Amino acid sequence: MSNKKTKNLTPIQQQYTALAASREPKRSVVKNCLRAFVSGGLICLLGEAIRQALIAWGGFTAKTAGDPTVAILIALAVVLTAAGVYDKIGQWAGAGSAVPVTGFANSLASAAIEHRSEGIVLGVGGQMFRIAGPVIVFGTAAAFAVGIIHLIVRALLGGAP
Amino acid sequence: MTVRRTGHQTFIFDQHPIVRSVATVVGPMEGAGPLARDFDIVHADMMLTEKSWEKAERKMLEEACTLAIENAELQKESVDFFIAGDLMNQLTSASFVAEKLAIPHIGVFGACSTSMASLALGALYIGSGVAQHVLTATCSHNATAEKQFRYPTEYGAQKPPTAQHTVTGAGAAVLSNIGDGEGDAITIAAATIGRVIDMGITDPMNMGAAMAPAAVDTITAHLRDMRCNADAYDIIVTGDLAAVGHELACTLLHRHGIHDAAARLVDCGLLIFDRTAQEVQAGGSGCGCSAVVTFGHLFKRMLRGEWQRMLVVATGALLSPLTFQQGETIPSVAHAVAFCRTTRVQQGGET
Repeated sequence: MSNKKTKNLTPIQQQYTALAASREPKRSVVKNCLRAFVSGGLICLLGEAIRQALIAWGGFTAKTAGDPTVAILIALAVVLTAAGVYDKIGQWAGAGSAVPVTGFANSLASAAIEHRSEGIVLGVGGQMFRIAGPVIVFGTAAAFAVGIIHLIVRALLGGAP
Repeated sequence: MTVRRTGHQTFIFDQHPIVRSVATVVGPMEGAGPLARDFDIVHADMMLTEKSWEKAERKMLEEACTLAIENAELQKESVDFFIAGDLMNQLTSASFVAEKLAIPHIGVFGACSTSMASLALGALYIGSGVAQHVLTATCSHNATAEKQFRYPTEYGAQKPPTAQHTVTGAGAAVLSNIGDGEGDAITIAAATIGRVIDMGITDPMNMGAAMAPAAVDTITAHLRDMRCNADAYDIIVTGDLAAVGHELACTLLHRHGIHDAAARLVDCGLLIFDRTAQEVQAGGSGCGCSAVVTFGHLFKRMLRGEWQRMLVVATGALLSPLTFQQGETIPSVAHAVAFCRTTRVQQGGET
């Protein structure tokens, strides 16, 4: 893709894009990874704390505590998004706050808030999945493909489906 | 009043149109920046107590226009034309404000170069004699730009260091063939309409790099058409190249051998924010950036006598969310206006 793109550029354009690329401020991959590790880890730690609390005091079992934990994390992320804090966290944390379920909640909530001015149906309803939509589409498609492979492998190995 | 063309893309005013008044309105981030004292109105609330970002942007533009007319000691009925533009699809901010002002209006789109594009056109209206007073204005709002061009404002995506922060601000100027009295005034000596330049940059998060060649092309064209060197200007200002684009523009100017232009090059996108204290990545951008910095800050410094001649080269990245998703490169344009500080001895014949 990028090779094809470069081919379409004139030599002067290629020269300039190379110059521009050389002047781009470098992003420290190590620093970004560390931040993502710390922040993503903290979010997961918080989730685990909520889960243990639900098991200890909420009357849930290790099996049933998962769903309410996710729901609480989502609610927290939505509150932080509405308070205008989550995007500040995101700038610092990068993938750390984008990958966990809170990031998904943020993408839905932020789009819903942003497009509220266009009405409930066309604005909130129509635009809510603007960012999260592709994740669901390709997540479902990938799950389907993996499911089929799983079925075939199980059949070949002679196990019960 | 006469205007004539020189060279390929520049027009010179034999009798300079006068910048009779200016007005600037900005949002909270700009109000917390180093130029806060130079703006007429600073809003503490991004929403301006309106119901949507779009309405807030419109209100800023309206405030700037009304204030500029007021500062010019004119009634809006005596303003002949209103030339304005913004970043919104279909130029809604400018159109809706034009409806309220009821001044004959033409909308211009030059992305972030709109400030100088509208000023150049306004000066041309004055220079050709068809108008006595022309109002030119432009605005941008951080949240409307984020919403239209990037992600929802509260979405927590990490921005790269090359990204720029769209300025929340509106700037308006009234151009006239006569000033409002004696004393020093800013006048327009010449304007250069830029060519659209595309050097193959595709990253919308690095617009400074996309716009830098356009700025250099217009500066080169201006100096060529005017048959002068860069030292004819005390300062050369680019619109919103920010840190990355500014460095690239300086590099390109040196490569073209125009060292004295690089030496006096400053950028509105770098002036408006304090990059060490404010989270704006490479610097400011947007229509409002060059407008509020030029009208609010640079004009004041000129009138204080710091500079006699200033060239403002507003730069615009002409992309849309559609074209960059389709993998197109980012074409850019830059328009230049040459300002002079003129001492007027007497003015008469006010109407």
